[in-house]
Amino acid sequence: MKRVYVNEQWCLGCHLCEYFCAFANSGQSDMARALKDAVICPRIKVEEHDGISFAVNCRHCTEPLCVKSCIAGALSVKDGLIVIDQDKCVGCFSCIMSCPFGALMPSDTGVMQKCELCTSNSAGKPACVQGCPNRAIVFEER
Amino acid sequence: MAINYLYPDYEVIRNQQRCINCRVCERQCANEVHRYDEELKMMVSDESKCVNCHRCVALCPTRALKIVKTDNTFKENANWTGEAITDVYRQAGTGGVLLASMGTPKNYPVYWDRMLINASQVTNPSIDPLREPMETTTFLGQKSAKIRRNPDGSINTKTTPQLKLSVPVMFSAMSYGSISYNAHKSLALAAQKLGIFYNTGEGGLHEDFYQYGPNTIVQVASGRFGVHPGYLKAGAAIEIKMGQGAKPGIGGHLPGAKIVGDVSKTRMIPQGTDAISPAPHHDIYSIEDLRQLVFMLKEATNYEKPVIVKIAAVHNVSAIASGVARSGADIIAIDGFRGGTGAAPARTRDNVGIPIELALACVDRRLREEGIRNNVSIVIGGSIRNSADIVKAIALGADAVYVATSALIALGCHLCRTCHLGKCNWGIATQRPDLVKRLNPEVGSERLVNLINAWNHEIKEMMGGMGINSIEALRGNRLMLRGIGLTEKELQILGILHAGE
Repeated sequence: MKRVYVNEQWCLGCHLCEYFCAFANSGQSDMARALKDAVICPRIKVEEHDGISFAVNCRHCTEPLCVKSCIAGALSVKDGLIVIDQDKCVGCFSCIMSCPFGALMPSDTGVMQKCELCTSNSAGKPACVQGCPNRAIVFEER
Repeated sequence: MAINYLYPDYEVIRNQQRCINCRVCERQCANEVHRYDEELKMMVSDESKCVNCHRCVALCPTRALKIVKTDNTFKENANWTGEAITDVYRQAGTGGVLLASMGTPKNYPVYWDRMLINASQVTNPSIDPLREPMETTTFLGQKSAKIRRNPDGSINTKTTPQLKLSVPVMFSAMSYGSISYNAHKSLALAAQKLGIFYNTGEGGLHEDFYQYGPNTIVQVASGRFGVHPGYLKAGAAIEIKMGQGAKPGIGGHLPGAKIVGDVSKTRMIPQGTDAISPAPHHDIYSIEDLRQLVFMLKEATNYEKPVIVKIAAVHNVSAIASGVARSGADIIAIDGFRGGTGAAPARTRDNVGIPIELALACVDRRLREEGIRNNVSIVIGGSIRNSADIVKAIALGADAVYVATSALIALGCHLCRTCHLGKCNWGIATQRPDLVKRLNPEVGSERLVNLINAWNHEIKEMMGGMGINSIEALRGNRLMLRGIGLTEKELQILGILHAGE
């Protein structure tokens, strides 16, 4: 399965991926309108320390601990993709506790959110990858 | 300083309705123009630091930014222009030589734009390059004027060493130090993929790039930085740099601040020392001296590699080229005064040298008249901007062209002309690690390959239109050119007729 991979060698820490992620999941067609004065809550996060930076989003593990830990059955694996049913999520944070990458986070509605590789929004292909100016995030089969 | 004589050249215009405070402009500007004001909760800019490199403009996800030229004006004066006045202010403030980068921005005639290319109609059919073979492969090196035969009557095909180019284009010299590791790697990768050559410049060859040796021209300049037997043997050809179009007659000076880490190691000089290339080669004061160096280099490389001599286009360029053609060199590279540089005194860059079009035309004619045109190939550079410039250059007599500015633009350069400040936001003319990483060679080399492939298509289209199916048949074919708006004298030097003739 094609996944999003990061290459910290080329990550500039520009945080554009976060904004493209927030826009892609906003459901709106104009980025300025979608994100103007908004506090964004992206599903990808740039980790930075000491001159090194890289973007982290869901790794779509083959043996996902988050799915195992979910008490509400909101997380499931669909064709290798780990998806969340936000209607089922009770916001217990078990998945956040169990994910070794910190790839799940609460959404602005209180239930969890996670990267679904832009399969459930209108971007089609992962928006973070398309918006990365230096090919530091790639979407490929490995 | 109580009085600031210098008003900022540019204004940063931010469309506050579109700005989403993502701060990418702030993070990406090495000149620290943008910052986020926590109290106002908005981005603000200090345009006095802006060099107009467009990094922020290009990365702004909502296109909220644009840079405009300031309309702050001096009293109108055709002689004392705003630029002339501010140059005086600048020098009165610093007492220093004005530094500049890249090719001259002055409004000198661009002869490429005053030449038109011919096409076939009715009597001499044009050729469709998509359906018929079209040859752009070019060989550079000494050519035999006549067919030589072996004792058994077969043709003697042994030649002096040649460079084989898939397209008559090469990336010209830019040293590691003046440009970044990633810029060099992009050029090397692209040259390898394209089957052409890139040039190390005078800063030596980084050990990581020896693997690209078959597509590398190694340069020997007056500073002799990084020159050792392994270096000479690593390349496909050796170039002796006598001059540079942007700064004929003067040497180079890479500030100690850029001589760090691998740059110091590659140049074989201590960290932090200024790398000063003398104006002349201290062992070359005549064509005979040049000949000695040419043959020293050939001797050192077992006569397996062609030697290029690069000269700047100056007033006596044809006489100099005639000497070079007799020095044993295989290729002459001529660099016109619009050529780029990582740093040069502004007055030299803007006032010294001659246009490459005229230099090429007069050198080609002189060498033909003297019957030594086959001794050397001619490569020209100094602002080749597109495929039409290449076609015109070849029709004027060039064997191939050198491009550098175009290549850098392909890598993202916006010609802000502040390379000498070392803070290139595009990761090209800088050694700051956080800026160098902005140029991913994988992306950079793809863009270079795209550019040259696109030009190759266009060259074929234009050659086909003329009914010509090989670079060989276009070379020196001045009948394919007509001048437009040129004087009798200019036409005579270019050796072409005026449109309508």
